[in-house]
Amino acid sequence: MASPTIDASPAVETVALSRRYGPRWALAQLDVRFERGRAAMIVGRNGSGKSTLLRLVATAIRPDHGTLRVLGIDAARDRDRVRQDVALLSHASYLYDALSALENLQVAARFLGRDASRATLLPLLAEVALAERADDPVSTFSAGMRKRLSLARTLLQNATVVLLDEPYGELDPPGFRMVDRLFALLRGRSATILMATHLLDRGAALCDDGIVLEEGRLQWAGAAKDLPNEGGLDPASLPEPRA
Amino acid sequence: MSGLGAALSKELMLQWRSRAQWLAVFAFGAAALLLFSFAVGPNYELLRGNAPGFLWLGLLLSSTLTLSESFQAEMEHRAIEGLLLLPTAPHVLYYGKALANFTQLTLLGVGLVPLMVVLFDAPLPRPFALFGVIALGAAGLSAPGTLYAAMTFQARARQTLLPLLLFPLVVPVLIAAVKATSLLLLGDPMDQARPWALILLCFAALHWSLCGVLFGRVIED
Repeated sequence: MASPTIDASPAVETVALSRRYGPRWALAQLDVRFERGRAAMIVGRNGSGKSTLLRLVATAIRPDHGTLRVLGIDAARDRDRVRQDVALLSHASYLYDALSALENLQVAARFLGRDASRATLLPLLAEVALAERADDPVSTFSAGMRKRLSLARTLLQNATVVLLDEPYGELDPPGFRMVDRLFALLRGRSATILMATHLLDRGAALCDDGIVLEEGRLQWAGAAKDLPNEGGLDPASLPEPRA
Repeated sequence: MSGLGAALSKELMLQWRSRAQWLAVFAFGAAALLLFSFAVGPNYELLRGNAPGFLWLGLLLSSTLTLSESFQAEMEHRAIEGLLLLPTAPHVLYYGKALANFTQLTLLGVGLVPLMVVLFDAPLPRPFALFGVIALGAAGLSAPGTLYAAMTFQARARQTLLPLLLFPLVVPVLIAAVKATSLLLLGDPMDQARPWALILLCFAALHWSLCGVLFGRVIED
């Protein structure tokens, strides 16, 4: 009888991963590994490379150097296969202003080949407390409501690897609790979660692992609970940013 | 629903929501025809002879507005990137958008025909054949136009850049469409409209297949 095989490759593994925008390296020679089924927080100053790392893992952008494997798949060579298993909550909402909240989810559901009926998608909107505004155009939404809708869109993908770029940004305190609840939901699905955040205490309470980036380089890696004070970003402990 | 069906339904939904924009484009095309008629003056012979050229120039000028606006909604919150990451094959997004642009340009062209008849005293002996030529011309404009709109939609000067890139490429469409329309309106004793329509068909077939392949390279990082 054939025994089931377990793919032991990490969820995300980078070797000398580098990406630049013009002459400036946003990410430089990054070697990092995130295990499957775990949650990791990515910490760093503004412009330290957190979003670039998440966008590379999501295959929204290509690396300039190095290798990136997601669930054992070379992300540079087989973007489509990676995209089937990865969902990104980006700074950009990926929403259409002219469409309603429900229609935005319907568009995503149709592309995913899922049931796009109102009855199926309304509970998802209820998860992010937008069911009552389901038929309102997104152009009338506040930034926090857009973030909630983007979160619903991310959940819809039911991905194995979920990338959350500042999920608490623009949200009110009930929104914070909603993200915590959705985070637990994703963990219940055994998803691997990479979350870039500036909320260190909150992130440390939710995540298993953590890394600190500084000027695109790995500054620290370890258990999230052991994250240095201020995420290692105490201004006195760091060199001045390059001009 | 297939990927193409999803892309097309999304495009039609967006176009329906921005139907005021569609009316503005139609008004622009109508204004262009009106200005052409003023420029020529009350010479019916001259107006009738130039009617096909004016119709296609009006449609070509209006098409740049339609095409450049077709990526506006995708750009606002990087929605097109979100669709690519779902994942969606780039060519599916291309064909959805190109079909929507084709539909819009065909309707615009058909909508301008009555104005052409009234303003230029043009005869309309074979209206359905003319609508067929308009559809072929719209196909020839929308295929490369959608690709170039994708290339220029992040540029600040996209309203200028798009016609600069598109107009030289679609000169064959303009020539063939004007010739075919002239023959259909003003008489075609030698049945010469067919070869011109065939040129339009070949141009459209070439660009609909080629641009779908190139679209991914244009919009992906």
